[in-house]
Amino acid sequence: MRFEAEISAFAAALNDPSRPPPARTRGREGRPDAKRFAVYRNNVAVGLIASLEARFPVARRLVGEDFFRAMARAFVAERKPSSAILIHYGAEFPGFIADFSPARELPYLADVARLENAWVESYHSAEADPLTLGDLAAIEPQMLGELAFTLHPAARLLRFEHPAASIWAAHQGCGEPEPPAHWAPEAALIARPEADVEVRALPPGGYEFACALRDGANLGEAAALLAAREIDPGPHLVGLIEAGALAKFR
Amino acid sequence: MPSSQTQSPRIAAPLPPRAGVGLKPEHVDTILAERPDVGFFEIHAENYMGEGGPPHRRLEAIRALYPLSLHGVGLSIGSPRPLDKNHLTRLAALARRYEPGLFSEHLAWSSHDTGFLNDLLPLPYTEETLRTVCDHIDETQNALGRRMLLENPSTYVLFAESQIPETEFLAEIAKRTGCGLLLDVNNVEVCATNHVFDPLAYLDAFPFQHVGEIHLAGYAESEDEAGHALLIDAHDSPVRAGVWTLYENVIAKLGALPTLIEWDNEVPDWATLHAEARRADAHASKSVAFSRAGGLRHAV
Repeated sequence: MRFEAEISAFAAALNDPSRPPPARTRGREGRPDAKRFAVYRNNVAVGLIASLEARFPVARRLVGEDFFRAMARAFVAERKPSSAILIHYGAEFPGFIADFSPARELPYLADVARLENAWVESYHSAEADPLTLGDLAAIEPQMLGELAFTLHPAARLLRFEHPAASIWAAHQGCGEPEPPAHWAPEAALIARPEADVEVRALPPGGYEFACALRDGANLGEAAALLAAREIDPGPHLVGLIEAGALAKFR
Repeated sequence: MPSSQTQSPRIAAPLPPRAGVGLKPEHVDTILAERPDVGFFEIHAENYMGEGGPPHRRLEAIRALYPLSLHGVGLSIGSPRPLDKNHLTRLAALARRYEPGLFSEHLAWSSHDTGFLNDLLPLPYTEETLRTVCDHIDETQNALGRRMLLENPSTYVLFAESQIPETEFLAEIAKRTGCGLLLDVNNVEVCATNHVFDPLAYLDAFPFQHVGEIHLAGYAESEDEAGHALLIDAHDSPVRAGVWTLYENVIAKLGALPTLIEWDNEVPDWATLHAEARRADAHASKSVAFSRAGGLRHAV
């Protein structure tokens, strides 16, 4: 029971920098020592901030190192990882950015962070063989409309109010990034057909088409969505397959 | 299943008694191209708890060529709270998949009500905490179906409640649970400075018969409130001279053991890291030769 009390007091002091070091800890002088305890506080914060820096490199470039670190520090103080698997930590960071008032003048920042988070999710997703055009060619043409698919485990579909995919793409090289030519909403497909994660901007209708398939619509139903907008569904289906976004027939 | 998940023929699992290094993603291409002569690679288990993707592809390729040591940093064995069963299940699955020669964890805690705290936090050494830690180690060894090693920690504070010396605490854990110990020599140096004791006396009291692996790393230097030297287990720099001396002392008594160079922050290029591992091998050879010549006959 004393063990529980001791560790709870330690954890409470770790999470609240205004608290003194836990009363039962001892430094060299036989009493609590704030600078010694600060090593633990610092280790917790620095490690978690570093994992956010690694997960959101473009968001970090967009706001600069100091701003990003301050924003990450605020997030880390509020939300600790729910498990020891840090490769999953930071999924809530884009939402935090959207509500972070000092970042209000950069409304596209949260969108870029959503893309980066989805990229990391895709990177760590399960392996699966993507569906190929050959698999599709083996289907009788009159059966095509009935086909339904599951998305590849590494595929992610995203829609942005801002041109986040273009901004992200412009920051992939080392040169000075150009601002997007057209400031308009965008949609993106993230997929990992082989080892590498790939990000593609989706043409008009592509997001709705892919979401319909993901949510269980058959090919006939998904194609009807596009036909209503006078969009040819063929290139969209081929595009999804070529991107490795579909895993198998349902 | 894609071809990346079919297992290639693998080198045998046991770690040789020589130096290995922590596996860093940025070094993998060089390692696979050059196939350097390294005893083993060690990974942090939690970094490979994703379902798939490049990390597992790289690790499969490394494991085919080198023995692997699985080192957990998130089990929170030193917590009064029950162990996370899901985490144990994930550890067991990783161990089944990659067949590591060793599994090790820390005498520390890292999770509490607010979540995972991402640091190795200290605990008092009492009869109560000893029982809890032993229960957690029993549970871990049962879940993994293998013996584990427990690592001595770096600490920056002590507890008024502590009644048992750390070496005795570790010896009793090994005795009760049958686990082995991972002797982190840098942690000994760090604690000896931070808590003002003689590191050689600590090593004399350390239950050497249970040691299955050694860790070496670099520390950072700071000060406490009273202006006393405070060393921090930073893993961001070369192994220091005093730690090499302690290492030689340990090897002279124990013989050569699997020895990890831990360099997790400010990670250097592969050549620098590999040179540090070769340095550890050289220190070990020198120490074993010295010991065989009878140099430490009276010290053992």
